[in-house]
Amino acid sequence: MNYDQARYGDDDRYEPLLSEKDTTTVDVGESSPLPDDLTRDSLELPGLSEPELARHYTRLSQMNWSVESGPYPLGSCTMKYNPSFTEDVAADPNGAVHPDRSDGTVQGTLEVLYGLQDSLARIGGMDAVTLQPPAGAAGEFTGILVAKAYHESRDDDRSEVIIPASAHGTNFASAAMAGYDVVELPSGDDGRVDLEALEAAVSEETAALMLTNPNTVGVFERDIVEIAEIVHDAGGLLYYDGANLNALLGRVRPGDMGFDVMHYNVHKTFATPHGGGGPGAGPVGVTEELAEFLPSPRVREREGHYELYDPERSIGKVHGYQGNWLVLVKAYAYIARLGDSGLEDASAKAVLNANYLASQIDYDIPYGPFHHEFAATAGDRDAADVAKRMLDYGVHPPTTKWPELVPEAMLTEPTEAESLDSLDDLAAAFDAAMADSDAELEPAPSKTTAGRIDQARAARNPRLSWRALGEEE
Amino acid sequence: MFEVPEDRKYQESHEYATTDGETATIGITDFAQDELGDVVFVELPAVGDEITQNEAFGVVESIKAVSDLYAPISGTVTAVNEELFDRPELVNEDPYGDGWMLEIDVADESAFDDLLSAEEYREQTE
Repeated sequence: MNYDQARYGDDDRYEPLLSEKDTTTVDVGESSPLPDDLTRDSLELPGLSEPELARHYTRLSQMNWSVESGPYPLGSCTMKYNPSFTEDVAADPNGAVHPDRSDGTVQGTLEVLYGLQDSLARIGGMDAVTLQPPAGAAGEFTGILVAKAYHESRDDDRSEVIIPASAHGTNFASAAMAGYDVVELPSGDDGRVDLEALEAAVSEETAALMLTNPNTVGVFERDIVEIAEIVHDAGGLLYYDGANLNALLGRVRPGDMGFDVMHYNVHKTFATPHGGGGPGAGPVGVTEELAEFLPSPRVREREGHYELYDPERSIGKVHGYQGNWLVLVKAYAYIARLGDSGLEDASAKAVLNANYLASQIDYDIPYGPFHHEFAATAGDRDAADVAKRMLDYGVHPPTTKWPELVPEAMLTEPTEAESLDSLDDLAAAFDAAMADSDAELEPAPSKTTAGRIDQARAARNPRLSWRALGEEE
Repeated sequence: MFEVPEDRKYQESHEYATTDGETATIGITDFAQDELGDVVFVELPAVGDEITQNEAFGVVESIKAVSDLYAPISGTVTAVNEELFDRPELVNEDPYGDGWMLEIDVADESAFDDLLSAEEYREQTE
């Protein structure tokens, strides 16, 4: 596919910042009641007309890549398309109410939150849900704190959390932040949990096993019933990392597999926007035994009236109010629009798309059968080089070099959003990049606005603000 | 193909310790720095801290991975290469020289016997 990303400005610089284009000094007067050392008499602001401003942001968007530009098969990230109607729902002024208003005057927003709690509980097979955590990793941390509160309430002092080596790095961080020692579980030869290794790892110190299912190479942990039994028999809880829930909607629920706690990545499974520094949402679902420990407040319904309440033995607050409303309302809109059959269909297509794409590319895929994503290997090539070259063919590359279980991994998750044509484009880009010589890979990408980023320099000398411009490194 | 000086001993997890008397200098090997790629961050203990053989004493982060550093030998930290906090690339450029990490007062010199010789370590990396 022919592809060239937009370029503006001179050879070695991009579209200038607004502050570089023009600044105007604006007099702000001297009538402030604040102390002099806290106030300024004037501000420097960009002095641009609306068309200049519109062009600036349009140019920036053209120099970027998004799921609205083309395929974005970043494995483990579920970069599904964010339907624009959810933005309309979030922008509805009726939803813009202050969270401190009394329950009786905000019944509509409470009903939406209650409906989302209820839908997520039903989707996950959980009994109770909190919407408060502001991101997936924050959800993990919350879930582990809830598990810890549960053990402590039973005077059961446990010190370890077991995590498979192939798990997301956030699992290790969440367990450690909650004060647990991490026991790393090596993967079996087939990429799944090795039951014997698990048997050996559990003990009366086991607070929980954190598991992603399907796991990070897309393979379903089909021994999940035995896994749950081993952990529960040791007195531990089973934690479900919702990162790969998009493979399972309507097929099997974490609660039915024996999980006690889970988090939902609404930016993955339920199409809310990813990243950009937030805000996000990472709701947490639990079984009945753990419900009283959830963060406060939650929403409940009594005789047709919705109200906020604090769970009896709540771990407290993990974020303000009821969580990030504007994200939550998008997730609810998506769930409501798709309905049960639509969600089931989305997962089925996500799995079908991954398997079709895998069948069309000439790469070795060591672990399977896989569901919504697969970990191909670049073999004796450098996965990062191949990925950078894929950019030149007009697609976003997969996640590279992770999980480490697969050498030179290219973790690929096309999601349900891609059509047959776009999957074929993606497959062509995979094979074309792999067929190119080292000499062609090394300088790639050449068709993008920005070339190869110097990652080491960026990490060693981070310059995180426009204020750093012009400063010596 | 990687440099493995004879004047020190090695650990399977790719740390080295010099063996000249009661103090030892600790760092990671040429092979390790090459595997890691460009090192961007190093976290080390403070002077006076105790480190224990085979237990993690710090962290090295490269653009590819974050790895624990394991103590090749037990002892008390007497010096830390603070230069690495500003210039972590020294670990790549000169792992056995300017890229050193710790100097320690060795608790028990007989524990050097648990480590690999240069020849044994070279075999492991081949």
